[in-house]
Amino acid sequence: MSDMLHVENVAKAFTLHTQGSVTIPVFEGVEFHLNSGECIALTGESGSGKSTFMRMLYANYTCSSGSINVFHDGTWLDITTASPHAILDMRKRTMGYVSQFLRVIPRVPTLEIVAEPLIALGTARDAAKEKARDLLTRLRIPERLWQLSPLTFSGGEQQRVNIARGFIADYPIMLLDEPTASLDVQNRATVLALIDEAKLRGAAIAGIFHDHDTRDAVCTGSFDVTSFKVGAND
Amino acid sequence: MTQNNTPLLRVSDLTMMYGDRVGCRNVSFDLRPGEVLGIVGESGSGKSTLLRSISAQQEPTKGVVEYHTRIDGIRDVYQISEAQRRLLMRTDWAFVHQNARDGLRMNVSAGANIGERLMAVGDRHYGNIRAAAGNWLGKVEIAEERLDDLPSTFSGGMQQRLQIARNLVTSPRLVFMDEPTGGLDVSVQARLLDLLRGLVHDLNLAVIIVTHDLAVARLLSHRLMVMQGGAVIESGLTDQVLDDPQHAYTQLLVSSILQN
Repeated sequence: MSDMLHVENVAKAFTLHTQGSVTIPVFEGVEFHLNSGECIALTGESGSGKSTFMRMLYANYTCSSGSINVFHDGTWLDITTASPHAILDMRKRTMGYVSQFLRVIPRVPTLEIVAEPLIALGTARDAAKEKARDLLTRLRIPERLWQLSPLTFSGGEQQRVNIARGFIADYPIMLLDEPTASLDVQNRATVLALIDEAKLRGAAIAGIFHDHDTRDAVCTGSFDVTSFKVGAND
Repeated sequence: MTQNNTPLLRVSDLTMMYGDRVGCRNVSFDLRPGEVLGIVGESGSGKSTLLRSISAQQEPTKGVVEYHTRIDGIRDVYQISEAQRRLLMRTDWAFVHQNARDGLRMNVSAGANIGERLMAVGDRHYGNIRAAAGNWLGKVEIAEERLDDLPSTFSGGMQQRLQIARNLVTSPRLVFMDEPTGGLDVSVQARLLDLLRGLVHDLNLAVIIVTHDLAVARLLSHRLMVMQGGAVIESGLTDQVLDDPQHAYTQLLVSSILQN
Protein backbone atom coordinates (compact mmCIF):
# COMPACT_ATOMS: atom_id res chain seq x y z
CA MET A 1 0.00 0.00 0.00
CA SER A 2 1.39 3.35 -0.94
CA ASP A 3 0.37 6.80 0.16
CA MET A 4 -1.74 8.48 -2.53
CA LEU A 5 -3.31 11.46 -0.81
CA HIS A 6 -2.73 13.26 2.44
CA VAL A 7 -4.48 16.20 4.00
CA GLU A 8 -2.52 18.31 6.46
CA ASN A 9 -3.94 20.78 8.95
CA VAL A 10 -6.74 21.89 6.66
CA ALA A 11 -9.32 24.47 7.68
CA LYS A 12 -12.42 25.48 5.76
CA ALA A 13 -14.86 28.31 6.35
CA PHE A 14 -17.53 29.80 4.13
CA THR A 15 -18.04 33.57 4.10
CA LEU A 16 -21.49 34.48 2.81
CA HIS A 17 -21.17 38.01 1.51
CA THR A 18 -24.75 38.13 0.30
CA GLN A 19 -26.04 37.31 3.77
CA GLY A 20 -24.42 39.96 5.94
CA SER A 21 -20.92 38.55 5.39
CA VAL A 22 -21.51 35.91 8.01
CA THR A 23 -18.63 33.44 8.24
CA ILE A 24 -19.48 29.80 8.79
CA PRO A 25 -16.49 27.81 10.05
CA VAL A 26 -16.70 24.18 8.95
CA PHE A 27 -13.41 22.36 9.61
CA GLU A 28 -10.15 22.98 11.38
CA GLY A 29 -6.98 20.90 11.72
CA VAL A 30 -8.09 18.13 9.35
CA GLU A 31 -5.55 15.29 8.96
CA PHE A 32 -6.42 12.52 6.53
CA HIS A 33 -4.45 9.85 4.64
CA LEU A 34 -5.50 7.64 1.80
CA ASN A 35 -3.48 4.65 0.55
CA SER A 36 -3.75 2.61 -2.61
CA GLY A 37 -5.97 -0.46 -2.28
CA GLU A 38 -8.09 0.94 0.52
CA CYS A 39 -11.64 2.23 0.53
CA ILE A 40 -12.33 4.71 3.31
CA ALA A 41 -15.87 5.67 4.24
CA LEU A 42 -16.35 9.32 5.14
CA THR A 43 -18.84 9.31 8.00
CA GLY A 44 -20.80 11.80 10.05
CA GLU A 45 -24.47 12.69 10.29
CA SER A 46 -26.29 14.57 7.58
CA GLY A 47 -25.03 18.15 7.31
CA SER A 48 -21.73 17.36 9.02
CA GLY A 49 -19.70 18.26 5.92
CA LYS A 50 -18.94 14.90 4.25
CA SER A 51 -19.71 16.25 0.78
CA THR A 52 -17.88 19.50 1.53
CA PHE A 53 -14.80 17.52 2.52
CA MET A 54 -15.02 15.38 -0.60
CA ARG A 55 -15.34 18.48 -2.79
CA MET A 56 -12.22 19.88 -1.11
CA LEU A 57 -10.36 16.66 -2.01
CA TYR A 58 -11.38 17.23 -5.65
CA ALA A 59 -10.35 20.92 -5.51
CA ASN A 60 -13.93 21.84 -6.33
CA TYR A 61 -13.98 23.77 -3.04
CA THR A 62 -11.03 25.81 -1.85
CA CYS A 63 -9.41 25.40 1.57
CA SER A 64 -9.00 28.34 3.93
CA SER A 65 -5.61 27.02 5.07
CA GLY A 66 -3.52 23.84 5.12
CA SER A 67 -2.55 21.56 2.26
CA ILE A 68 -4.00 18.66 0.30
CA ASN A 69 -1.26 16.67 -1.41
CA VAL A 70 -2.13 14.31 -4.24
CA PHE A 71 0.34 11.84 -5.75
CA HIS A 72 0.05 12.81 -9.39
CA ASP A 73 2.37 12.10 -12.29
CA GLY A 74 5.11 10.67 -10.07
CA THR A 75 5.23 13.59 -7.68
CA TRP A 76 3.22 15.38 -4.99
CA LEU A 77 0.84 18.13 -6.04
CA ASP A 78 -0.63 20.46 -3.43
CA ILE A 79 -4.05 21.11 -4.93
CA THR A 80 -4.74 24.02 -2.57
CA THR A 81 -2.07 26.07 -4.35
CA ALA A 82 -1.81 24.37 -7.77
CA SER A 83 -2.68 26.23 -10.99
CA PRO A 84 -5.99 25.50 -12.72
CA HIS A 85 -4.00 23.70 -15.46
CA ALA A 86 -2.37 21.38 -12.95
CA ILE A 87 -5.69 20.61 -11.25
CA LEU A 88 -7.39 19.81 -14.56
CA ASP A 89 -4.50 17.50 -15.46
CA MET A 90 -4.75 15.84 -12.04
CA ARG A 91 -8.48 15.25 -12.59
CA LYS A 92 -7.92 13.92 -16.07
CA ARG A 93 -5.23 11.41 -15.19
CA THR A 94 -5.24 10.71 -11.47
CA MET A 95 -8.52 11.41 -9.70
CA GLY A 96 -11.99 10.27 -10.71
CA TYR A 97 -15.13 11.60 -9.08
CA VAL A 98 -18.57 10.05 -9.13
CA SER A 99 -20.95 12.79 -8.08
CA GLN A 100 -24.67 12.49 -7.42
CA PHE A 101 -25.47 14.84 -10.25
CA LEU A 102 -25.11 14.35 -13.96
CA ARG A 103 -23.98 17.55 -15.65
CA VAL A 104 -23.79 17.15 -19.42
CA ILE A 105 -24.49 19.03 -22.60
CA PRO A 106 -27.95 18.16 -23.93
CA ARG A 107 -28.01 16.03 -27.08
CA VAL A 108 -24.75 14.16 -26.44
CA PRO A 109 -25.40 10.39 -26.54
CA THR A 110 -24.93 8.36 -23.35
CA LEU A 111 -22.27 6.15 -24.96
CA GLU A 112 -20.14 9.22 -25.78
CA ILE A 113 -20.52 10.64 -22.29
CA VAL A 114 -19.35 7.39 -20.72
CA ALA A 115 -16.44 6.91 -23.16
CA GLU A 116 -15.23 10.53 -22.96
CA PRO A 117 -12.81 10.31 -19.97
CA LEU A 118 -11.01 7.39 -21.62
CA ILE A 119 -10.79 9.17 -24.99
CA ALA A 120 -9.37 12.22 -23.17
CA LEU A 121 -6.62 9.95 -21.84
CA GLY A 122 -5.66 9.01 -25.39
CA THR A 123 -7.45 5.66 -25.75
CA ALA A 124 -8.66 5.01 -29.29
CA ARG A 125 -12.31 5.96 -29.80
CA ASP A 126 -13.40 2.41 -30.71
CA ALA A 127 -11.70 0.82 -27.71
CA ALA A 128 -13.14 3.46 -25.37
CA LYS A 129 -16.65 2.88 -26.73
CA GLU A 130 -16.21 -0.87 -26.40
CA LYS A 131 -15.42 -0.45 -22.71
CA ALA A 132 -18.33 1.97 -22.33
CA ARG A 133 -20.67 -0.65 -23.83
CA ASP A 134 -19.37 -3.26 -21.36
CA LEU A 135 -19.96 -0.97 -18.39
CA LEU A 136 -23.41 0.13 -19.53
CA THR A 137 -24.33 -3.52 -20.03
CA ARG A 138 -23.07 -4.46 -16.58
CA LEU A 139 -25.05 -1.58 -15.10
CA ARG A 140 -28.20 -2.71 -16.96
CA ILE A 141 -28.75 0.39 -19.06
CA PRO A 142 -30.77 -0.97 -22.02
CA GLU A 143 -28.90 -0.77 -25.33
CA ARG A 144 -31.76 1.17 -26.95
CA LEU A 145 -30.91 4.11 -24.67
CA TRP A 146 -27.20 4.32 -25.48
CA GLN A 147 -27.59 6.72 -28.39
CA LEU A 148 -29.87 9.05 -26.38
CA SER A 149 -28.92 11.87 -24.04
CA PRO A 150 -29.11 10.70 -20.40
CA LEU A 151 -30.92 13.93 -19.50
CA THR A 152 -34.19 12.19 -20.33
CA PHE A 153 -33.40 9.17 -18.13
CA SER A 154 -34.79 8.34 -14.69
CA GLY A 155 -32.79 9.33 -11.60
CA GLY A 156 -31.51 5.78 -11.10
CA GLU A 157 -30.46 5.48 -14.75
CA GLN A 158 -28.63 8.81 -14.64
CA GLN A 159 -26.86 7.67 -11.49
CA ARG A 160 -25.67 4.52 -13.30
CA VAL A 161 -24.46 6.54 -16.31
CA ASN A 162 -22.47 8.65 -13.84
CA ILE A 163 -20.98 5.51 -12.32
CA ALA A 164 -20.08 4.07 -15.72
CA ARG A 165 -18.35 7.34 -16.62
CA GLY A 166 -16.53 7.42 -13.27
CA PHE A 167 -15.28 3.83 -13.51
CA ILE A 168 -14.32 3.68 -17.19
CA ALA A 169 -10.79 4.99 -16.61
CA ASP A 170 -8.59 3.22 -14.06
CA TYR A 171 -7.92 6.29 -11.94
CA PRO A 172 -5.34 5.80 -9.16
CA ILE A 173 -7.65 7.75 -6.80
CA MET A 174 -11.45 7.68 -6.78
CA LEU A 175 -14.00 9.74 -4.88
CA LEU A 176 -17.53 8.32 -4.67
CA ASP A 177 -20.44 10.44 -3.47
CA GLU A 178 -23.27 8.06 -2.54
CA PRO A 179 -22.71 5.77 -5.53
CA THR A 180 -25.44 3.33 -4.52
CA ALA A 181 -28.15 5.82 -3.58
CA SER A 182 -31.36 5.27 -5.60
CA LEU A 183 -30.17 1.94 -6.99
CA ASP A 184 -32.05 -1.36 -6.78
CA VAL A 185 -30.49 -4.47 -5.22
CA GLN A 186 -29.05 -5.89 -8.45
CA ASN A 187 -27.44 -2.64 -9.57
CA ARG A 188 -26.14 -2.00 -6.08
CA ALA A 189 -24.39 -5.37 -6.22
CA THR A 190 -22.81 -4.40 -9.55
CA VAL A 191 -21.50 -1.14 -8.11
CA LEU A 192 -20.07 -2.97 -5.09
CA ALA A 193 -18.31 -5.35 -7.50
CA LEU A 194 -16.89 -2.39 -9.44
CA ILE A 195 -15.57 -0.88 -6.22
CA ASP A 196 -13.98 -4.19 -5.21
CA GLU A 197 -12.33 -4.51 -8.63
CA ALA A 198 -10.97 -0.96 -8.32
CA LYS A 199 -9.53 -1.77 -4.88
CA LEU A 200 -7.90 -4.94 -6.25
CA ARG A 201 -6.14 -3.03 -9.02
CA GLY A 202 -4.80 -0.68 -6.32
CA ALA A 203 -7.08 2.35 -6.48
CA ALA A 204 -7.24 4.55 -3.40
CA ILE A 205 -10.94 5.21 -2.74
CA ALA A 206 -12.80 7.58 -0.44
CA GLY A 207 -16.58 7.44 -0.45
CA ILE A 208 -19.79 8.58 1.15
CA PHE A 209 -22.17 5.66 1.55
CA HIS A 210 -25.66 6.19 2.83
CA ASP A 211 -26.22 2.73 4.23
CA HIS A 212 -24.24 0.54 6.62
CA ASP A 213 -24.57 -2.57 4.45
CA THR A 214 -22.72 -0.96 1.56
CA ARG A 215 -20.09 0.45 3.87
CA ASP A 216 -19.53 -2.92 5.56
CA ALA A 217 -19.34 -4.68 2.21
CA VAL A 218 -16.59 -2.62 0.56
CA CYS A 219 -14.87 -0.33 3.06
CA THR A 220 -11.55 -1.08 4.69
CA GLY A 221 -11.83 1.77 7.16
CA SER A 222 -13.72 4.94 8.02
CA PHE A 223 -13.01 8.60 8.69
CA ASP A 224 -15.36 10.59 10.88
CA VAL A 225 -15.42 14.15 9.53
CA THR A 226 -17.25 15.42 12.66
CA SER A 227 -14.07 15.02 14.71
CA PHE A 228 -12.60 17.94 12.77
CA LYS A 229 -15.67 20.15 12.90
CA VAL A 230 -15.01 23.54 14.33
CA GLY A 231 -15.86 23.35 18.04
CA ALA A 232 -16.00 19.54 18.01
CA ASN A 233 -13.50 19.22 20.86
CA ASP A 234 -14.69 22.12 23.01
CA MET B 1 -6.00 20.37 -23.40
CA THR B 2 -2.48 19.72 -24.51
CA GLN B 3 0.48 19.73 -22.17
CA ASN B 4 2.01 22.70 -23.99
CA ASN B 5 2.98 25.22 -21.33
CA THR B 6 4.01 28.06 -23.64
CA PRO B 7 1.31 30.71 -23.64
CA LEU B 8 -0.33 31.40 -26.98
CA LEU B 9 -1.55 34.77 -25.75
CA ARG B 10 -0.29 36.96 -22.95
CA VAL B 11 -2.22 40.01 -21.75
CA SER B 12 -0.37 42.31 -19.34
CA ASP B 13 -1.90 45.12 -17.32
CA LEU B 14 -4.42 46.03 -19.99
CA THR B 15 -6.48 49.17 -19.39
CA MET B 16 -9.02 50.79 -21.71
CA MET B 17 -10.36 54.23 -20.84
CA TYR B 18 -13.16 56.06 -22.62
CA GLY B 19 -12.26 59.57 -21.58
CA ASP B 20 -12.59 59.48 -17.81
CA ARG B 21 -14.74 56.38 -17.86
CA VAL B 22 -13.15 52.98 -17.27
CA GLY B 23 -13.81 50.32 -19.92
CA CYS B 24 -11.57 47.75 -18.28
CA ARG B 25 -8.54 48.11 -16.07
CA ASN B 26 -5.34 46.29 -15.13
CA VAL B 27 -6.28 42.98 -16.68
CA SER B 28 -3.50 40.37 -16.95
CA PHE B 29 -3.68 36.69 -17.93
CA ASP B 30 -2.10 33.97 -20.07
CA LEU B 31 -3.88 31.61 -22.42
CA ARG B 32 -2.40 28.30 -23.55
CA PRO B 33 -3.08 26.38 -26.76
CA GLY B 34 -6.30 24.38 -26.43
CA GLU B 35 -7.44 26.29 -23.38
CA VAL B 36 -10.92 27.79 -23.05
CA LEU B 37 -11.20 30.91 -20.90
CA GLY B 38 -14.65 32.18 -19.97
CA ILE B 39 -15.25 35.84 -19.10
CA VAL B 40 -18.44 36.44 -17.15
CA GLY B 41 -20.05 39.47 -15.55
CA GLU B 42 -23.15 41.60 -15.97
CA SER B 43 -23.77 44.02 -18.84
CA GLY B 44 -21.40 46.96 -18.67
CA SER B 45 -18.77 45.10 -16.62
CA GLY B 46 -16.17 45.52 -19.36
CA LYS B 47 -16.25 42.04 -20.91
CA SER B 48 -16.76 43.13 -24.49
CA THR B 49 -14.34 46.06 -24.16
CA LEU B 50 -11.69 43.64 -22.95
CA LEU B 51 -12.42 41.24 -25.81
CA ARG B 52 -12.12 44.02 -28.42
CA SER B 53 -8.85 45.24 -26.93
CA ILE B 54 -7.32 41.77 -26.85
CA SER B 55 -8.43 40.93 -30.38
CA ALA B 56 -6.68 43.95 -31.93
CA GLN B 57 -9.92 45.74 -32.73
CA GLN B 58 -9.45 48.62 -30.32
CA GLU B 59 -6.03 49.75 -29.10
CA PRO B 60 -5.97 49.85 -25.29
CA THR B 61 -5.00 52.98 -23.36
CA LYS B 62 -2.33 51.02 -21.53
CA GLY B 63 -0.96 47.50 -21.42
CA VAL B 64 0.42 44.87 -23.76
CA VAL B 65 -1.16 42.05 -25.77
CA GLU B 66 1.37 39.51 -26.98
CA TYR B 67 0.64 36.61 -29.31
CA HIS B 68 2.83 33.65 -30.17
CA THR B 69 2.77 33.77 -33.97
CA ARG B 70 3.50 30.69 -36.07
CA ILE B 71 6.43 32.25 -37.88
CA ASP B 72 7.86 35.16 -35.94
CA GLY B 73 7.50 33.95 -32.35
CA ILE B 74 6.02 36.21 -29.68
CA ARG B 75 4.87 39.59 -31.01
CA ASP B 76 3.07 42.57 -29.53
CA VAL B 77 -0.12 42.73 -31.60
CA TYR B 78 -0.22 46.55 -31.48
CA GLN B 79 3.44 46.90 -32.51
CA ILE B 80 3.35 44.84 -35.71
CA SER B 81 2.40 46.46 -39.00
CA GLU B 82 -1.22 46.94 -40.02
CA ALA B 83 -0.73 44.38 -42.81
CA GLN B 84 0.69 41.79 -40.41
CA ARG B 85 -2.16 42.41 -37.99
CA ARG B 86 -4.77 41.98 -40.75
CA LEU B 87 -3.15 38.71 -41.80
CA LEU B 88 -3.17 37.48 -38.20
CA MET B 89 -6.83 38.38 -37.80
CA ARG B 90 -7.96 36.49 -40.86
CA THR B 91 -5.77 33.41 -40.53
CA ASP B 92 -4.69 32.50 -37.01
CA TRP B 93 -7.51 34.30 -35.23
CA ALA B 94 -11.26 34.10 -35.54
CA PHE B 95 -14.03 36.22 -34.11
CA VAL B 96 -17.54 34.85 -33.55
CA HIS B 97 -19.99 37.70 -32.97
CA GLN B 98 -23.16 37.46 -30.93
CA ASN B 99 -25.19 38.61 -33.89
CA ALA B 100 -24.30 36.38 -36.84
CA ARG B 101 -25.18 39.25 -39.19
CA ASP B 102 -22.14 41.13 -37.86
CA GLY B 103 -19.85 38.28 -38.81
CA LEU B 104 -21.40 37.29 -42.14
CA ARG B 105 -21.86 38.96 -45.49
CA MET B 106 -25.56 38.69 -45.97
CA ASN B 107 -25.64 39.47 -49.70
CA VAL B 108 -23.42 36.58 -50.82
CA SER B 109 -24.06 32.82 -50.64
CA ALA B 110 -23.20 30.59 -47.69
CA GLY B 111 -20.44 29.01 -49.76
CA ALA B 112 -18.97 32.41 -50.64
CA ASN B 113 -19.03 33.40 -46.98
CA ILE B 114 -16.83 30.44 -46.14
CA GLY B 115 -14.72 30.67 -49.31
CA GLU B 116 -13.99 34.35 -48.84
CA ARG B 117 -11.73 33.72 -45.88
CA LEU B 118 -9.82 31.08 -47.82
CA MET B 119 -9.36 33.47 -50.75
CA ALA B 120 -8.13 36.12 -48.32
CA VAL B 121 -5.23 33.85 -47.45
CA GLY B 122 -4.39 33.21 -51.09
CA ASP B 123 -6.43 30.18 -52.09
CA ARG B 124 -7.44 30.62 -55.74
CA HIS B 125 -8.62 27.19 -56.88
CA TYR B 126 -12.40 27.45 -57.23
CA GLY B 127 -12.96 23.69 -56.98
CA ASN B 128 -10.91 23.40 -53.78
CA ILE B 129 -12.61 26.39 -52.21
CA ARG B 130 -16.07 25.06 -53.03
CA ALA B 131 -15.16 21.62 -51.69
CA ALA B 132 -13.79 23.11 -48.46
CA ALA B 133 -16.92 25.25 -48.06
CA GLY B 134 -19.17 22.23 -48.55
CA ASN B 135 -17.11 20.20 -46.11
CA TRP B 136 -17.39 22.93 -43.46
CA LEU B 137 -21.16 23.26 -43.92
CA GLY B 138 -21.32 19.56 -43.08
CA LYS B 139 -19.18 20.02 -39.97
CA VAL B 140 -21.55 22.67 -38.64
CA GLU B 141 -24.53 20.48 -39.51
CA ILE B 142 -25.92 22.47 -42.43
CA ALA B 143 -27.00 20.45 -45.50
CA GLU B 144 -24.46 20.85 -48.31
CA GLU B 145 -27.27 21.60 -50.77
CA ARG B 146 -27.64 24.98 -49.01
CA LEU B 147 -24.18 26.01 -50.27
CA ASP B 148 -25.56 28.47 -52.84
CA ASP B 149 -28.30 29.93 -50.64
CA LEU B 150 -28.06 33.37 -49.08
CA PRO B 151 -27.54 33.48 -45.28
CA SER B 152 -30.70 35.58 -45.03
CA THR B 153 -32.70 32.45 -45.91
CA PHE B 154 -31.19 30.65 -42.88
CA SER B 155 -32.64 30.45 -39.36
CA GLY B 156 -30.82 32.27 -36.53
CA GLY B 157 -29.19 29.07 -35.31
CA MET B 158 -28.02 28.16 -38.83
CA GLN B 159 -26.61 31.66 -39.36
CA GLN B 160 -24.62 31.30 -36.16
CA ARG B 161 -23.28 27.91 -37.30
CA LEU B 162 -22.41 29.39 -40.70
CA GLN B 163 -20.51 32.17 -38.97
CA ILE B 164 -18.54 29.54 -37.06
CA ALA B 165 -17.73 27.66 -40.28
CA ARG B 166 -16.60 30.88 -41.96
CA ASN B 167 -14.30 31.55 -39.01
CA LEU B 168 -12.82 28.09 -38.62
CA VAL B 169 -12.12 27.29 -42.28
CA THR B 170 -8.64 28.84 -42.11
CA SER B 171 -7.71 26.62 -39.13
CA PRO B 172 -7.24 29.43 -36.59
CA ARG B 173 -5.54 28.70 -33.28
CA LEU B 174 -7.34 31.36 -31.25
CA VAL B 175 -11.06 32.10 -31.37
CA PHE B 176 -12.79 35.04 -29.71
CA MET B 177 -16.49 34.56 -29.01
CA ASP B 178 -18.84 37.28 -27.83
CA GLU B 179 -22.04 35.75 -26.43
CA PRO B 180 -22.16 33.06 -29.15
CA THR B 181 -25.37 31.53 -27.79
CA GLY B 182 -27.09 34.83 -26.96
CA GLY B 183 -30.39 35.44 -28.69
CA LEU B 184 -30.86 31.79 -29.65
CA ASP B 185 -33.65 29.71 -28.19
CA VAL B 186 -32.57 27.00 -25.76
CA SER B 187 -32.92 23.99 -28.07
CA VAL B 188 -30.70 25.73 -30.63
CA GLN B 189 -28.27 26.75 -27.88
CA ALA B 190 -27.77 23.14 -26.81
CA ARG B 191 -26.95 22.10 -30.37
CA LEU B 192 -24.50 24.97 -30.78
CA LEU B 193 -22.82 24.23 -27.44
CA ASP B 194 -22.36 20.59 -28.36
CA LEU B 195 -20.94 21.60 -31.75
CA LEU B 196 -18.58 24.20 -30.25
CA ARG B 197 -17.33 21.84 -27.58
CA GLY B 198 -16.57 19.18 -30.19
CA LEU B 199 -14.76 21.61 -32.50
CA VAL B 200 -12.73 23.12 -29.64
CA HIS B 201 -11.60 19.66 -28.62
CA ASP B 202 -10.95 18.22 -32.09
CA LEU B 203 -9.11 21.29 -33.43
CA ASN B 204 -7.32 22.05 -30.12
CA LEU B 205 -8.57 25.64 -30.27
CA ALA B 206 -7.74 28.24 -27.67
CA VAL B 207 -10.93 30.20 -26.98
CA ILE B 208 -11.84 33.35 -25.10
CA ILE B 209 -15.58 33.33 -24.64
CA VAL B 210 -17.54 36.24 -23.24
CA THR B 211 -20.92 35.24 -21.86
CA HIS B 212 -23.36 36.26 -19.19
CA ASP B 213 -24.75 32.72 -19.15
CA LEU B 214 -23.01 30.86 -16.32
CA ALA B 215 -24.27 27.49 -17.58
CA VAL B 216 -22.58 28.10 -20.94
CA ALA B 217 -19.40 29.16 -19.12
CA ARG B 218 -19.48 26.00 -17.01
CA LEU B 219 -19.93 23.67 -19.94
CA LEU B 220 -17.32 25.20 -22.23
CA SER B 221 -14.58 26.85 -20.23
CA HIS B 222 -11.64 25.45 -18.28
CA ARG B 223 -10.96 28.72 -16.48
CA LEU B 224 -13.16 31.65 -15.59
CA MET B 225 -12.60 35.37 -15.02
CA VAL B 226 -15.36 37.33 -13.29
CA MET B 227 -15.54 41.03 -14.15
CA GLN B 228 -17.21 43.89 -12.37
CA GLY B 229 -16.80 47.60 -13.04
CA GLY B 230 -14.04 46.96 -15.58
CA ALA B 231 -11.86 44.89 -13.24
CA VAL B 232 -11.29 41.16 -12.87
CA ILE B 233 -12.49 40.53 -9.32
CA GLU B 234 -12.11 36.74 -9.24
CA SER B 235 -10.55 34.12 -11.49
CA GLY B 236 -9.64 30.45 -11.39
CA LEU B 237 -10.81 26.96 -12.20
CA THR B 238 -14.35 27.23 -13.59
CA ASP B 239 -16.11 24.86 -11.21
CA GLN B 240 -14.24 26.28 -8.20
CA VAL B 241 -15.28 29.85 -9.04
CA LEU B 242 -18.91 28.82 -9.60
CA ASP B 243 -19.29 26.34 -6.71
CA ASP B 244 -17.17 28.06 -4.06
CA PRO B 245 -17.10 31.73 -5.06
CA GLN B 246 -15.04 33.95 -2.76
CA HIS B 247 -15.87 37.47 -3.89
CA ALA B 248 -19.14 39.13 -2.87
CA TYR B 249 -20.07 39.93 -6.47
CA THR B 250 -19.40 36.38 -7.71
CA GLN B 251 -21.53 35.03 -4.86
CA LEU B 252 -24.33 37.36 -5.89
CA LEU B 253 -23.99 36.31 -9.54
CA VAL B 254 -24.04 32.60 -8.73
CA SER B 255 -26.89 32.87 -6.22
CA SER B 256 -29.00 34.77 -8.74
CA ILE B 257 -29.36 31.81 -11.12
CA LEU B 258 -32.80 30.29 -11.25
CA GLN B 259 -32.70 26.62 -10.29
CA ASN B 260 -34.36 24.01 -12.47
